[in-house]
Amino acid sequence: MENKTITFKIDGVEVKGSPGQTIMQAADEAGIYIPRLCYLKDQVPHGSCRVCTVEVNGTPQAACTQPITEGMEVKNDTPELKEHRRNIVDMLFVEGNHFCMFCEKSGNCELQAMAYRLGIYAPKYPYLFPESSVDGSHPDIFIDRNRCILCGRCVTASRDIDGKNVFEFVGRGPEKRIAVNAEARLSDTDIDVTDKAAEVCPVGAIIKKRIGFAIPVGERLYDKEPIGTDIESKIKSEKVS
Amino acid sequence: MNKMEQSAVKKICEDNRNDSSKMMDIVKTVQNEIGCVDDSIIDLIAEQVNTPRVKIEGVVSFYAFLSKKPKGKIVIRVCDDVVDKINGAYDVAVAFCDELGIRMGETTSDGLFSLEFTPCIGMSDQAPAALINDTVVPYLTASKVKEIVRELKEKQDPLKLSLKNGDGNNAHGLVRSAVKNNIFRKGPVIFADFEQGTGLKKALSLKPEEVVETVKASNLRGRGGAGFPTGLKWQFTRAAKGEQKIIICNADEGEPGTFKDRTILTEVPELMIEGMSIAGYAIGADKGIIYLRGEYAYLKAFLEDVLENAREKNLLGENILGKTGFNFDIRIQMGAGAYVCGEESALISSCEGLRGDPKTRPPFPAQKGYKEKPTSVNNVETFCCVSRIFDIGADKFTEIGTEESSGTKLLSISGDCKKPGVYEYPFGVTVEELLEETGAEDTQAVLVSGPSGQFIASDSFKRKICFSDLATGGSIVIFNNKRNMLKIAYEYMAFFEEESCGYCTPCRVGNVLLKRRLEKIIEGKGEPKDLDYLNELGESIKYTSRCGLGQTSPNPVLTTLKNFRSHYEILLKEAEDGMQPDFDIKDALSVSEGLIGRKSVIY
Repeated sequence: MENKTITFKIDGVEVKGSPGQTIMQAADEAGIYIPRLCYLKDQVPHGSCRVCTVEVNGTPQAACTQPITEGMEVKNDTPELKEHRRNIVDMLFVEGNHFCMFCEKSGNCELQAMAYRLGIYAPKYPYLFPESSVDGSHPDIFIDRNRCILCGRCVTASRDIDGKNVFEFVGRGPEKRIAVNAEARLSDTDIDVTDKAAEVCPVGAIIKKRIGFAIPVGERLYDKEPIGTDIESKIKSEKVS
Repeated sequence: MNKMEQSAVKKICEDNRNDSSKMMDIVKTVQNEIGCVDDSIIDLIAEQVNTPRVKIEGVVSFYAFLSKKPKGKIVIRVCDDVVDKINGAYDVAVAFCDELGIRMGETTSDGLFSLEFTPCIGMSDQAPAALINDTVVPYLTASKVKEIVRELKEKQDPLKLSLKNGDGNNAHGLVRSAVKNNIFRKGPVIFADFEQGTGLKKALSLKPEEVVETVKASNLRGRGGAGFPTGLKWQFTRAAKGEQKIIICNADEGEPGTFKDRTILTEVPELMIEGMSIAGYAIGADKGIIYLRGEYAYLKAFLEDVLENAREKNLLGENILGKTGFNFDIRIQMGAGAYVCGEESALISSCEGLRGDPKTRPPFPAQKGYKEKPTSVNNVETFCCVSRIFDIGADKFTEIGTEESSGTKLLSISGDCKKPGVYEYPFGVTVEELLEETGAEDTQAVLVSGPSGQFIASDSFKRKICFSDLATGGSIVIFNNKRNMLKIAYEYMAFFEEESCGYCTPCRVGNVLLKRRLEKIIEGKGEPKDLDYLNELGESIKYTSRCGLGQTSPNPVLTTLKNFRSHYEILLKEAEDGMQPDFDIKDALSVSEGLIGRKSVIY
């Protein structure tokens, strides 16, 4: 059993982690927030969004997949990295059709909250206006591919937690999209509204029916505090106690 | 699906031991025999192989040569790479459309022919070229198409086309291809004489660790484009924990303008296979895989025969050349049309029967590669160099080339030159010498190492081909003064958009945005600030992308911006009225006007 601690730096601040941890895991425990979208705690990191890109000893790496090593120098909160992250979030917005004004996820959406945190009001790239499909076939769960950011959380959750393989990616490149384990419709799969796969979506691509707009504006998750606060407040609460 | 097709699919699955890691072979065979992998077939395979149907659909939808919709019995794929276009690919395509009575992307109503475009098939020196099922038809012209279609309609089999055989082993009984080698310069490493077994014998007289040290001492660097030190890669793989280790030969050769590995596979495959055996001995592997791009399927039967010959000579198999306990054998894994599978971890994914997605690194293949086993992926040419190193000695190898780039480099040169083909040069040759040798005139630009490399202008023609100056996996494309550099860059951006695996945001979306902004400039609607947009976006894609594809795909734009900036600048103008030049208010209103039934009063 390895008892070693690995000591490294994030933006000059010393952080201690344990062998096998990624930069993100160690940073989260230390109360340092590295922005991320596709990452979900306790899931195999997907490494697809690239929002968590940090500079490690001069080289860009995804914090969610990069293991920590002794003496590593990580840069996280720099203007350059912030600009790269804004670019990626902008790309995600223009790649889909994200109509926040009528989306049920608004206020609880990680993409929207990340945009606010990064100071984005409108993307700087032109909208691509793709044609994406929706699937309302299932009695309890609705899929809207216009909003999917291809994070893979649903694929991983369905496979690793629900043991069902309801979701998988099809297509290549800009055509890549989420498909279901049936010829066409979600209702032909064995998904259930209680499945983990039905609740892990960071955006409004997988929505449980008859829940939307139940929480009033002002009381939603990200109305109260910016995304990432849950991780940053670790330090604050430790300082208080 | 009728009963015959059902039992055919079942048999294909059973021939592959109902093993989901053989999914590539299963779906490829089904595609070839039945013409598609549709929903009912996917369901049947899912049942036989015990894999979720959506996973199979994921594989089928990833590779260009697989399709859910039925394709014709004969699929004609006209190569639309830049070099082919320059040499008349569109005229050839139009001729096929006329003869068959269908458009590109369609299938004839009798189900006999499908017609489509395909990216670089490794025939840039004999362009325009097409694939007709597995048969390569090089040196095409619009006038040849009529006779080809007539013959196809008559014989219903591209293998029966009366095409004159090419040179060397292109005329071999198991190849019988019209492809030509066009090897115009042979050097001391790849195309020099070689007695099969020489290198392996010498390697086996050493301990495996000594073999690794010899390769390190030779200063050999990978010949596929990335240039990673081979000895170091083998050292890591040898040291990695694992009961079984794997050697993989990357014969995907997808970088546009690269066709040098094709000539190795045709003329000196023994040299390559011997290098794989040496590698197996060095790292402690008993298994080797040759990942052969689908477009080179015409070489498969020949290569299987070469492997069988090697087994008969005890250069493969068990207790090789009398070395008790050294067992090593090689199988061929066919690709199915995906440039990204030239990336080593995507290649491994494909070997495992998955979508060709690059894998999360770390761990690197040396630690966890094929089926999580320590794996070394090396290029075709690299393995040839290994054989030669043991033949002539590491010292002799370092005497060839330059200080930091030992040995020779096979260059596949094409484009605007009189003698497109393969040239083996010691490292250190200048671009100027290449232009001279290949008979290039009025050269405007040279694309070094394909679109993932760099466009250089005449101010760089005295520079050298080597790892410390102009590095290349082999691709050299020459463009003369008649060519439009921005349109060429655009074509390559379209290539990357198509070939991106789509896993990560910057590559999947960013390349589309780059391509569109370039299009705007080409159409004359560009503004000066667009150049900053291209630079910033391009750098961001490179910085944040997950694999080598995204880390280099902006290069056609970035390197033409750097070396041909004036070509962009003359097309730009400041927007006078403050409106975005590519926004047309009347056009934007036309849909609403149609819906409401009246025209805008203001506009």
